[in-house]
Amino acid sequence: MDFELSEERRILRDTAARLIRERYPIQARHEFAAREEGFSREMWADFAELGLIGAFLPGEVGGYGGTGVDIMVAMEEIGRGLVVEPFLASAVLSAGLLAEFGTGSQKALVGEVVAGTRLLAFAHGEPESRYALSEVRMQACESDGGWILNGRKSVVLNGDTADDLIVSARVAGDADDEDGLALFLIAANTQGVSRRGYATVDGGRAAEIDFDNVRLSEDASLGPAGQAFPAIERAVGRGVLALCAEALGAMEVCLDMTLDFLRTRTQFGVPLGKFQALQHRMVDMCLEIEQARSATILAAGKLDAPRAERERTLSAAKNLAGRVGRMVGEESIQLHGGIAMTWEYALPHFAKRLTMIDHQLGDADHHLERFIAFSRAA
Amino acid sequence: MDMNFSDEEKTFRVAVRAFLKEELPDSLAAKVKNGTRLRKEDYLTWHAALNARGWLAWHWPVEHGGAGWTPVQKHIFEEECVRAGAPRVIPFGLNMLGPVLIKFGSKAQKEYYLPRILNDEDWWCQGYSEPGAGSDLASLKTQALRDGDHYVINGQKTWTTLGHFADKMFCLVKTDTQVKPQEGISFLLIDMKSPGVTVRPIVTLDGEHEVNEVFLEDVRVPVANLVGEENKGWTYAKYLLTYERTGIAGVAFAKQGLEHLKQVTRDQKKDGRPLAEDPLFAARIAQVEIDLMAMETFNLRTVSAAAAGGAPGLESSMLKIKGTVIRQEITDLLRRAIGPFALPFVPEAFDEGYNETPIGPDYAMPLARQYFNMRKLSIYGGSNEIQRNIVAKGMLRL
Repeated sequence: MDFELSEERRILRDTAARLIRERYPIQARHEFAAREEGFSREMWADFAELGLIGAFLPGEVGGYGGTGVDIMVAMEEIGRGLVVEPFLASAVLSAGLLAEFGTGSQKALVGEVVAGTRLLAFAHGEPESRYALSEVRMQACESDGGWILNGRKSVVLNGDTADDLIVSARVAGDADDEDGLALFLIAANTQGVSRRGYATVDGGRAAEIDFDNVRLSEDASLGPAGQAFPAIERAVGRGVLALCAEALGAMEVCLDMTLDFLRTRTQFGVPLGKFQALQHRMVDMCLEIEQARSATILAAGKLDAPRAERERTLSAAKNLAGRVGRMVGEESIQLHGGIAMTWEYALPHFAKRLTMIDHQLGDADHHLERFIAFSRAA
Repeated sequence: MDMNFSDEEKTFRVAVRAFLKEELPDSLAAKVKNGTRLRKEDYLTWHAALNARGWLAWHWPVEHGGAGWTPVQKHIFEEECVRAGAPRVIPFGLNMLGPVLIKFGSKAQKEYYLPRILNDEDWWCQGYSEPGAGSDLASLKTQALRDGDHYVINGQKTWTTLGHFADKMFCLVKTDTQVKPQEGISFLLIDMKSPGVTVRPIVTLDGEHEVNEVFLEDVRVPVANLVGEENKGWTYAKYLLTYERTGIAGVAFAKQGLEHLKQVTRDQKKDGRPLAEDPLFAARIAQVEIDLMAMETFNLRTVSAAAAGGAPGLESSMLKIKGTVIRQEITDLLRRAIGPFALPFVPEAFDEGYNETPIGPDYAMPLARQYFNMRKLSIYGGSNEIQRNIVAKGMLRL
């Protein structure tokens, strides 16, 4: 057992930290988020140039990393910066799928993602699926050696700006069967695809996407049609790890800002930090963040373990990220008092992101149930 | 970063298991698992087996008879011992006094006391708390007045764990009352057979006798029994409290407790189905299991960092809080798991040789007792509130 980061990972962390510190103050972040696309193309190009997109992807498809530890180290810094560029949607969820399950020409797109010149989105969730990974009603029917897609995808992260979509659909079975699922790589401007983009509470972007008799060629399928569930689970697993690490970064900022505030804000003639009731709440926050960090480290280390062990550990980490994220968000607002109720102050934006992370790829309750199921299977 | 055990660590685990299979008597493991009261001889038997293998003083430096283990090896050792049902190693001589003597004791003290600790010639107890000095330990009142080659001690110690077995007590006493409380404390070694030492049992809320009051009336202690310098005892006392931190989280005990909880809930029925399958109860167990998984990694991170040269640090205070809360939660769930069978109070059931039919399932009898007993975890060793004060001041600089 070894908890030390390798030299390469330390360089990755420091590179990300420096770029975000220098180029990503909160005012810049708000300005990027307010743009029509919801992020900065220039920042995205700079992230690409420094290798931060490639950090999420393995060497054989043109990336520079792709392990659990790479994902964790990079996403923690992204969380500290409250970064709005589409790392999760494009690099972690979608390009990760292409790298692991794509055909030769599909894999070739990963290089463009790493270079920052192509954006992808993972269109999986549906109006009725909530967090269930196998709940897919969108239909894919074979027709003339190709496919016809019909259905709707909901809250697709960065789905409004993606050049291509990776779309899940059902080729056989009932709405919640793990068997019978397929994934398709589709250009977002394909006839019959209509997108309604919108802002999210945490400064991001998402889209509702309708598929109305969308015709695809046979080679649009990603891996064998009907057997895509393991690929979906793998992709979401990487996404869960990424969200846990992003949450950690955001929690650290909340903790640091709240500590600063307690040391400097004076009431009743003393700094707020002199009050024991507040001190103990800070310690509990700090302690729970270390718990969330520990669970995330464990999940990063187990990302390539056999299925039950891997999924159980990921769900444990996401459950803690959800519980602790909520605690840190709420407590840091409460300990600040009124100032944290303003849009102008940075802290509540971190708290909002922490809260919304619990709404992505499964909340604390969802992952608690999943942890129980996989513990029985392990 | 690698979250898997190395081949060497796996080999070590195999060696520990083989040792336990060979040297831990089945009858002793059964007593531990059934909650039967242990006799002094039970502890001595186990200490002797460990000592014969060179594994008793594994917290000590190798040159004094320590095992030279990495933090991960210590973790594995503790986990295997608890899993096998080994009695705990009594910490007072081995984990508390030993390291203080190694660091601050005179050559003569080291040469005399350390081998006697290893060979169990002295059973030590801890003389820290007093009726008026709990969390505020430095306000202790027991006084040592110099009289020639002796100190004359008067005062009272309390919560003295297994003091009724003890031959000797390491004790904090006031040698100067004119200065700040922390600056007038000395660290003395007292023979429990000295005239003027009286040990009286304290029966705890579970009806058991484990802790004691110790009265000291004109007890004469040779000056040679002073550890380090006079009035520097607070430094040594704090060193003792921070020295060994791998065990503070109680990970091994928590894992064993969780395993037991799962067994109990597979056997207990609710509406004709195993309690383990009840969604509400399963969620309670899963929540504490997730907390425990995280804490185990937190603990390993902390001890690895300490081994790599980092300070033992304030993380150990956080681990004490989290570890004790998790263990208390597990004993709470165990008590709740057995429903009405938590009620019977049959103290004689924990006597050696008790062979009447248990009331309810055989695992039920000790669970309520253990739940109440484990309330102590968040009180002793610096209460969890004191630990929060320490972290707030030292780490958060509030």
